[in-house]
Amino acid sequence: MVGELTWPRRLLGLWVPLAALFVFALFPFAWMAATSLKANAELYDPAANPMWIRHPSLVHYIDLFKETNFVLWIGNTMLVALVSTILSLLLGVMLAYPLARMRFPAAGLLAISVAVAYLVPQTLLFVPMADLINRMKLGDSLSAVMLTYPTLLVPFCAWLLIGYFKTVPRELEEAALIDGASRWRAMTRVILPLCTPGFLSAGIFAFTLAQNEFLYALLFLNTSTIRTVPVGVTGELIRGDAFYWGQLMAAALLGSLPVVLIYSFFVKYYVAGLTAGSVKG
Amino acid sequence: MSTNPVLEAARPAARAVPVRRAFQLREWLEREAVFSWLMLTPPLLFLLAFLGYPFCYGVYLSFVRRPVAQPATFVGLGNFVNLWSDSIFWQAVWNTFRFTGAATVLKLVGGLGMALVMHQNFRMKGVTRALLLLPFIVPTVLSTVAWQWILDPGMGMFNRILMYVGLVTQGPSWLGNPTLALVSVILVNTWRGLPFFGITILAGLQTIPTELMETATIDGAGSWQRFRYVTLPLLMPVIFIVTTFSIIFTFFDFQLVYVLTGGGPANATHLMATYAYSISMGGGQMGLGSAAALAMVPMLGLVLVAMSSYVRKA
Repeated sequence: MVGELTWPRRLLGLWVPLAALFVFALFPFAWMAATSLKANAELYDPAANPMWIRHPSLVHYIDLFKETNFVLWIGNTMLVALVSTILSLLLGVMLAYPLARMRFPAAGLLAISVAVAYLVPQTLLFVPMADLINRMKLGDSLSAVMLTYPTLLVPFCAWLLIGYFKTVPRELEEAALIDGASRWRAMTRVILPLCTPGFLSAGIFAFTLAQNEFLYALLFLNTSTIRTVPVGVTGELIRGDAFYWGQLMAAALLGSLPVVLIYSFFVKYYVAGLTAGSVKG
Repeated sequence: MSTNPVLEAARPAARAVPVRRAFQLREWLEREAVFSWLMLTPPLLFLLAFLGYPFCYGVYLSFVRRPVAQPATFVGLGNFVNLWSDSIFWQAVWNTFRFTGAATVLKLVGGLGMALVMHQNFRMKGVTRALLLLPFIVPTVLSTVAWQWILDPGMGMFNRILMYVGLVTQGPSWLGNPTLALVSVILVNTWRGLPFFGITILAGLQTIPTELMETATIDGAGSWQRFRYVTLPLLMPVIFIVTTFSIIFTFFDFQLVYVLTGGGPANATHLMATYAYSISMGGGQMGLGSAAALAMVPMLGLVLVAMSSYVRKA
């Protein structure tokens, strides 16, 4: 901002609101961690300080691994997210490249359709989708979600990549064509390598979206061993009215870990993907 | 790529024709429209099969009565008429509007504040931004389960703290009281979505040239005037897009309410999406459920039209 602020103004204008934001954004994670590390005796003791851990214990984590299919759920989540992200990037490139760099009839209309498709949520389509998947005999299988997640991710990837592809000057492609390269070669050897940051942004973002998906997973994954983390946790750690809070918080923390780890390595690209639509558009 | 006359002349005449044809095919493939459509066809077929077809099929379903595993009978607008006279449906509509409206305003105001606070010079800015974005990264279902535990009436964090400091002897039932339950659902949605607003608006703030601010300062504008007459107008496009996005995704929200309250108590937090789910998956009425889901489209249209006309006026 303009000029240097004096320290009381800096305290009130920066540090106090920043601290408040930190507390607001992060206290649920502290609560998760505190809960998951307390054995039930301490967890449900009304006299104990709720934000303090007197006797740290890993019992909930051990139970989570021993008594539930949590490890399988993590594996399923990663597999589904990985497959659907790769599939979506591939189809997204095929959609975005011509729309961003070629001139042909109906290109404008298609670009708008992609944007509209991005905004169609699974909430709108789940009834017919459930029917469709069942008729394809894919119900209760990981293929069902691997096929349906890209319907959410392809329009998103395409939309983000259109923006990236447009930033590469046309002259580069024309130069390659004049040098005798085919369009395919110009695309794969010249343009696409220049758009690696775009692929990272789209890929990271699609990956977190896939890990976050719940409705299709809830509809299509019924067998315990093929469930993803969100469905497994809500479906099996909450039994009727009994909440296993220690295990639930341990699962919530561990289930978030893969996304958070990947995110922490690629924050820059994630934020680029997050803001691309609204800042550039 | 044109054919090479030297090579062409060197070849025996009999073989010239197939070679020519091969070259023509290649030229044909190099045409922009042909190349484009060859690339576009697979993804478009995929989207038509798994997005276009379900949508049309959903529209068809909304005109039939079809209990699970039974043949469909055409009922015309019957499903919509049923919904029209269904008081729970109207409650879900009303809840959806209140939920979307309140959560959007909170996220927008909080996000704008967060962006302004973050748009200052301080150390570890990158780490701060990464940490404050965490609520948006973590899978919604998992953080919502944590919130369910925070709001637990007996042993949850809120009530434990209230009791620990002696403010109350028995904390309120956050998810059991109809009003508090809706407030809680709005609170959790705000918690998750606020960083998205904050980070995106911050990115918008960073595109505003500092010279503009300096000029305004030299012209005697105070910090409020700089915000009101320089920053805010330049941020409007970003704010408009973020808000539109957020309204759409909040309006269609499902997982938060499904996990936190299941629509209860007594339908006080049912959104159109969770109600459509409970009709179709819980009640087995595929036609009626599909109609309830599709009813979200005109409702959302109303919201977006109202918002854009408000923005145009402002």
